[in-house]
Amino acid sequence: MMSKHITRPLLALYLLLSLLPIYWMLNMSLKTNAEIVGTLTLWPQNLTFDNFRTIFTDPSWYDGYINSIIYVLINMVLSVAIALPAAYAFSRYRFLGDKHLFFWLLTNRMTPPAVFLLPFFQLYSTVGLMDTHVAVALAHMVFNVPLAVWILEGFMSGVPKEIDETAYIDGYSFPAFFVKIFLPMIKAGVGVTMFFCFMFSWVELLLARTLTSVNAKPIAATMTRTVSAAGMDWGVLAAAGVLTIVPGALVIWFVRHYIAKGFAMGRV
Amino acid sequence: MARIELVELAHAYKPNPTQPGDYALRPMTMTWDDGGAYALLGPSGCGKTTLLNIISGLVRPSHGRVLFDGKDVTALPPEQRNIAQVFQFPVIYDTMTVFDNLAFPLRNRGWGAAEVGRRVSQVAEMLDLTSDLKHRASGLSADAKQKISLGRGLVRPDVAAVLFDEPLTVIDPHLKWLLRRKLKEIHHELKLSLIYVTHDQVEALTFADKVVVMTQGEVVQAGSAQELFEEPAHTFVGYFIGNPGMNLLPCTVRDGAAYVEGNGIALSDKARAALKGAAQATLGIRPEFVECASAPGQGAAQATVSTVRDLGTHFLAEFQVGARSVAAKLRTMHAVPGETVWLRLPPERTLYYVNDKRVA
Amino acid sequence: MKPYNNRAWFLILPVILAVAFSAILPLMTIVNYSVQDILGPGQSVFVGTEWFQMVMRDSELHGALLRQILFSLSVLAIEIPLGILIALTLPAQGWRASLALVLIALPLLIPWNVVGTIWQIFGRGDIGLLGYTINQIGFSYNYSANPIDAWVTVLAMDVWHWTPLVVLLCYAGLRAIPDAYYQAAKIDGASRWAVFRFIQLPKLRNVLMIAVLLRFMDSFMIYTEPFVLTGGGPGSTTTFLSQYLTTKAVGQFDLGPAAAFSLIYFLIILLFCFVLYNWMQRVGTGDAK
Repeated sequence: MMSKHITRPLLALYLLLSLLPIYWMLNMSLKTNAEIVGTLTLWPQNLTFDNFRTIFTDPSWYDGYINSIIYVLINMVLSVAIALPAAYAFSRYRFLGDKHLFFWLLTNRMTPPAVFLLPFFQLYSTVGLMDTHVAVALAHMVFNVPLAVWILEGFMSGVPKEIDETAYIDGYSFPAFFVKIFLPMIKAGVGVTMFFCFMFSWVELLLARTLTSVNAKPIAATMTRTVSAAGMDWGVLAAAGVLTIVPGALVIWFVRHYIAKGFAMGRV
Repeated sequence: MARIELVELAHAYKPNPTQPGDYALRPMTMTWDDGGAYALLGPSGCGKTTLLNIISGLVRPSHGRVLFDGKDVTALPPEQRNIAQVFQFPVIYDTMTVFDNLAFPLRNRGWGAAEVGRRVSQVAEMLDLTSDLKHRASGLSADAKQKISLGRGLVRPDVAAVLFDEPLTVIDPHLKWLLRRKLKEIHHELKLSLIYVTHDQVEALTFADKVVVMTQGEVVQAGSAQELFEEPAHTFVGYFIGNPGMNLLPCTVRDGAAYVEGNGIALSDKARAALKGAAQATLGIRPEFVECASAPGQGAAQATVSTVRDLGTHFLAEFQVGARSVAAKLRTMHAVPGETVWLRLPPERTLYYVNDKRVA
Repeated sequence: MKPYNNRAWFLILPVILAVAFSAILPLMTIVNYSVQDILGPGQSVFVGTEWFQMVMRDSELHGALLRQILFSLSVLAIEIPLGILIALTLPAQGWRASLALVLIALPLLIPWNVVGTIWQIFGRGDIGLLGYTINQIGFSYNYSANPIDAWVTVLAMDVWHWTPLVVLLCYAGLRAIPDAYYQAAKIDGASRWAVFRFIQLPKLRNVLMIAVLLRFMDSFMIYTEPFVLTGGGPGSTTTFLSQYLTTKAVGQFDLGPAAAFSLIYFLIILLFCFVLYNWMQRVGTGDAK
């Protein structure tokens, strides 16, 4: 590891630069539009909570927030759940078409989601899943599941196969081995996968907006509605940006022990 | 080659340990002779790996000192202690060839290419790795990789001790034996001190001259395989060593005899004296020494046969003495399950423990 | 060697169903559109490869493609090394690590149009902190007028936005390296650089491949952020491939050529990724997959 005298200042510098636009966004969210486009001020001269008030008093915004959280969580849980066995299969076995299948998964992320708009619309209308949380959760699985499989497979391949065999010799059944020994070894990978699934689903606005109308309408609606007749509603947009950080930050906070070292590599 | 001494060594995670439970390693003082092969034996979590890491320098003990040949090395990092450590799974540099793996420690010390080549060939020869020298280390089998790990330790001429942390865990069973034999060969040839951590008693007993048995951070006994088998100093040693382990029966001492579930066992004078004043004790006898008779005799305990298994070379029988079960390994066994027999416990093989420590 | 076991297909089945359900039907639809001239609802004529040829000959497409390639390569060149570096500076555990992880992840969580919007103001010379500061230092900086400034700003925005992804992946990858490797390196007397080169970097191979492919793909498809920030300008200097496609499809509302172009777009990404993937497999240890 590098010496603390280099790493600490370097990290601090990076964090500082990284937080500047965030601070700027916060700054904007507490200003009026007039002040935002009028002058450069490092903190609001006329501090106003109006932007936040607009958001909080808009029932569709509150609902949108909840809706987004719902389908994103469904997607996160489902994606990771079905990716785990698949990643294990790719990591531990060879089988007919394995290399091609693995690459094919990733190809599903190689198209801009815009391309899926019309077909998805038709598909989900036909199946009767329009305007449901499940529809968005399923639609988002197109890009999240391949990602989850790829990341998890990478981490699983880092665990020597001898560990599996030793566990069986010691008498573990496969589920017990998987849950008690294997998963803790790849928990950094699981943590990061969960966060990325959350994140990519959370910020995907196009599909989410297209597949929903009333019941499952996500935050996307407000995000794209903030251009009024008077021009861009900078303040409200910034306030909305501030608020959308919160759930993701919570997710990272929850998986922090998975990603960072919790305990040393387990002993069989 | 190094004489390793542990002086008042202890390791606790909290700054001011008061109870035994605060210690990962309870205070101990021990000397390990130059060139000996030692095993640290105990169940998971008993502190054997912590002890190993303290000896190697990866962990700094909270109390006490470590001496190599009389020199205090407690504050020295691993690379300055002339030790080598082999871990539970093969630790090799994936991107390097076998040759480069073995050469790595020497190159880090600034050795010239010719000397490196000579030394590496020597060690590779010893470990039967010569044919693999040009290959990428990552493509080899697990046992070959462990040999490389070991080789990286042996390649330094000034290495004094080699420490093993359950190194055969990930090796195929049929290759374990080969690797163990190779370790013994190396031990004879190089006369290094070897310290071997394991939870497998067979491995420990076959590998080491002296076995140190540990449980819950405490060294309970250090001795040869025979000593541990015939004279376990602690109930844990009795129970852990042997397959099956020693029978441990609670008994009460009255009137110069030990009563196990109502059966009186005669005590020798020495035992009587040692147990004076102790109301409760534990009687220990190995299944190998329990004798079975069909008629009652002096000092025998009444028992009912529960199960009998014919294992070819001997019978493994289990008996119920009151509420306790007793195992015995017998050459001949005529009784059948359900029958009443009398178990004779030879006094010279019967050991007594008070508070888990042997008194007689 | 990994055992051969076709029953592994059962473990993969849920994934295939989930993804194919959503992917194959749309793909078929696109292919269908791409070879037809849709004159009106229910009226279409099969035109074969006409759209593909037309798209390939479009000079504006060539411009957008070149700009896109330059952009994606620049993004990789900056974000991958920077991500590895920052991941190395993060502590392995403790409250500082947790705090740092949360702070680092923040840019990722902002909806992309908001990202573009923030940087729009941020980069302005008159009302934005960044623009103002740069002008004060002495550079004359105007991202709406000057193409180089626009490029730098778009790059800076992307680096700010997406480096955290590389950091998080590499950080998780570093945490998955067992202590024993560092311990063995200590005993072997390895220098810090040797530890990085022989232990950390090789063990990060899997994670880095994911990071490279992911960042390449996503940067190649980037749309919202640069569109909101510069609108593709000044002129078309920051018009990348995705924006070009959208303009064509939305502007002309012609599904045929748009579908053809989508397929070409997809195939270009596929080709690059395939090459990258195979190249990265060969680099490094020889016992990959």
